[in-house]
Amino acid sequence: MLSIVVFLPLAVGLVLLALPRLPDRAVRWTWVAVSVLDLALVIALWIGYDPAGGIGYETDIAWIPTVSAGYHVGVDGLSLPLLAMTGVLFLACSVYSLREQRRVRAYAVLFLLLHTVSLGLFVSLDLILFFVFFDVSIVAMYFVIAGWGHGERARSSALMFFLYTFLGSLVLLLGFIGLYLAGGTFDIVELTAAAPLDGGGPLAGLVLAALVIGFAIKTPTVPFHTWLPPAHSDAPAAGSAILAGVLLKMGTFGFVRIVLPIMPETWRQYAWVIIAVGVVSVVYGALVALAQTDLKRMIAYTSVNHMGYVILAVGAAGLVAGSSEQARTLAVTGAVTQMVSHGLITGALFLLTGVLYARGATYDMAAYGGLARPAPRFALLFAAAAFASLGLPGFSGFIAEFQIFTGSLPGAPVPTAIAVLGIVVTAALFLLAYQRVFLGETRVPGATDDLTAVESWAIAPLIVATVVIGVLPRFLLDVIEPAARTVVELVAR
Amino acid sequence: MTMMNENPGALIPELLLVFAAVVGLLAGSFLPRNRQGVVRSIAVLACLTGAIAAAADLTRPVQSVFDDTYVVDVGLGAVRIVVLASIVLTIGLAGDQVSGSTREAEFYVLLLLGGLGTVAMAGANDLLLLVASYLLASIPLYALTGIARTGPGNEAALKYYLMGALSGVTLLIGSTLLFGVSGSTQYTDLAAALPDAPRVAVAVGLVAVLAGLLFKIGAVPLHFWVPDVVQGATTGVAAFVATVPKIGGLWAMYRLLSTTVPTSDVDWSLLVAVLAAVTMTLGNLAAFFQDDVRRLLAYSTISQVGYLLMAVAAAGRAPLAMPALGLYLAAYAVTNLGAFAVVAALPRARTLADYRGLAARHRLLALSLVICLLGLIGTPPTAVFVGKLTVFTAAVDAGLAWLAVVAVLNTMASVFYYLRWIAPVLRARDAVPADDVPPAGRSAARSAYIAAIASLLLGVLAGPVLAVLTV
Repeated sequence: MLSIVVFLPLAVGLVLLALPRLPDRAVRWTWVAVSVLDLALVIALWIGYDPAGGIGYETDIAWIPTVSAGYHVGVDGLSLPLLAMTGVLFLACSVYSLREQRRVRAYAVLFLLLHTVSLGLFVSLDLILFFVFFDVSIVAMYFVIAGWGHGERARSSALMFFLYTFLGSLVLLLGFIGLYLAGGTFDIVELTAAAPLDGGGPLAGLVLAALVIGFAIKTPTVPFHTWLPPAHSDAPAAGSAILAGVLLKMGTFGFVRIVLPIMPETWRQYAWVIIAVGVVSVVYGALVALAQTDLKRMIAYTSVNHMGYVILAVGAAGLVAGSSEQARTLAVTGAVTQMVSHGLITGALFLLTGVLYARGATYDMAAYGGLARPAPRFALLFAAAAFASLGLPGFSGFIAEFQIFTGSLPGAPVPTAIAVLGIVVTAALFLLAYQRVFLGETRVPGATDDLTAVESWAIAPLIVATVVIGVLPRFLLDVIEPAARTVVELVAR
Repeated sequence: MTMMNENPGALIPELLLVFAAVVGLLAGSFLPRNRQGVVRSIAVLACLTGAIAAAADLTRPVQSVFDDTYVVDVGLGAVRIVVLASIVLTIGLAGDQVSGSTREAEFYVLLLLGGLGTVAMAGANDLLLLVASYLLASIPLYALTGIARTGPGNEAALKYYLMGALSGVTLLIGSTLLFGVSGSTQYTDLAAALPDAPRVAVAVGLVAVLAGLLFKIGAVPLHFWVPDVVQGATTGVAAFVATVPKIGGLWAMYRLLSTTVPTSDVDWSLLVAVLAAVTMTLGNLAAFFQDDVRRLLAYSTISQVGYLLMAVAAAGRAPLAMPALGLYLAAYAVTNLGAFAVVAALPRARTLADYRGLAARHRLLALSLVICLLGLIGTPPTAVFVGKLTVFTAAVDAGLAWLAVVAVLNTMASVFYYLRWIAPVLRARDAVPADDVPPAGRSAARSAYIAAIASLLLGVLAGPVLAVLTV
């Protein structure tokens, strides 16, 4: 069942590849249909999943027995929300891409591949399987940026993206090899039970460093974030949405799925380093975003800021001495909620900037003004997404950030207090951006038409989803909390 | 000496190669020019039968044949299958150029003989047999390199020959020295005698023997012939020379080092590790700004040999070293031949710029090229990824973590030049009239598809392959 959910998009992608005479229109609608079907299957998985039951829908088949690597997949409260978010976002991107004209088939196939890879990563319970999906996501996204990005810079941005994140993945692989040599298996569940490197020693420190650097590059956190702004600003809108919405989560998900449970003692030992990195990412990301004049780059930097909150929370989960288990559970729950929330919100924001670019062919905020008058629907959706992003109550971002701060505060009061400042800065920068682009005298470099029906249908559901989570979060939190508690218990071992 | 095992049944693949070569040579001299395709069928048939026989042999216990000078074990079985499959792939990828040419039969016969030498190198358990098979794996290739009789081809053949003769002599000197201090050329006797022999003589002898093998695999410091031969020879020959002898050379090195000197206090592991690090780094750096695709591939093969040497450096110290080497060699052979097959299918495209817009003109060929190049980078789920994974694991396990870090940095650097090739393939080419698109060679294109699919399949099905190699 789970494998069908994961490989359905790829299978359809291969069929599309094998039928060269299919008209573009059919390709686009097939893509949308697959996304709908796959999301429906994920929802069915969710309904049938028992949050108290640990890992559900498990499959474990030997793959490379010589190194104890297997096709081991399953879902729990950490991965299920991310699966759902991935499904929603890919559906939104498929709808948004209904107007794509350039080499539609290859585009659709690449996104279907990315779809499979993203789902596969979140359900992986084997390090090698995880790594395979991790690496293929880089390759597929490279082709998306290099093939459909805008401007002459797209290719060099794509190259930089590939080199940087590929280096991260190789460092990660070294860490995985270290875990394998210590534990004798690549299976995440077995490694979690054994926690083989908990005797300490220099090897434990090195393996932790490799894992943290690998995931930090993907996340990205300061100082490994420099690949992100160019990759984002030159990628096509749907590519940016997937990159920021889903692929960045692969890094933060790696922390809660792999690093915390497998290396609890070492994690506790270095928790303060992680917290520091998180806080610096929060503040630095927000401040640099504030200084941008390019709307898309600004949103890219807010991703650094928002991912910083997640890093802060997972760091705080390692502070066993200073805080209660309840607080740490809250922090981890908040981290997972933030991953879901950020995926939805930033996906919406990047699709909206894509709309802007389609009209005016530039992201420079100075080129626009007073768009609220000619394009009211666009202005409304952008406002909603911006408020969601800055963490206003009633949106999912508020739930996530509130939990992160409340959960982190007892253990790490000073860093948390500094991180709260990040909210103020992001509030300022979103309001400023909104003011520049949508209010005042109307100035547009190109066409002024409002959102088309297709664009609205792609973007509005994402906003609706964050509002639903913001107002009725229990359905989500009920799934996340037991898994978060498990992670916290594992770290406290 | 008790019983001498001379069971010819253990050597079916080797005998088939000899048989096909002799029959092919005779048939080639009698058949008219336009009927020499028969020889190709003989060669392909012999290779396929031999591969099946070798696969059947995999489950048998280890046999030492001919007075312990030749070992038939799982390692040799893997080499046999890979080499025989590589010969078939090479015949396919060279098909468009060779078929109907004036030296068709000779081409196949030389391939078979070179392949035989390669297999014999991998099985040699005796320095004299190693020298003999080294020559058999070299001389047909010198002839092949010059077979087209073009200016660059002749120059490449001469350079290859001189370098090969020099390192062959070095190999002989090393063997003589080791024989002198131990009184035997057999690996098992050497293993017993070397620990008591004078250290300096052992070290010098060992290094001299390794030098010959380093030439065969195109590793630093005896790598200079690789780019010239690959660029000067015809693409089919280049593919063969850059891929197949390395399989035998690396395995010979592995066998020599893991059976003769594991207990000696000469730190050969560190020596090989340093050679591996230098080879991969130099190959990568030199590949960076190559514009000729064949030169780029030549340097890429040098860097791949560096990664492969990591498994040799871990020999005897990590249980994974042997399966890692076997899997990586198979992965390397099929992926590298796939990339060469694409080059052979497009004889007019010589520089990276010529590949601009390939994806729009030859969709499947472009896809195969992308798969093979990503495979050479080591991207999952291709076979080289599993090869790299196991080789890195073996190296870390053998206490060579620094080498794994060097290899990671190299892998990352190699992405750059492989992408320099992939990027133009995908770029749109400004409207070319349909009849202006040069057709791709059909036989070579087919080989490229097969290699790309095999590279993916071998990656996904790496489990059973590794299981067979782990004994």
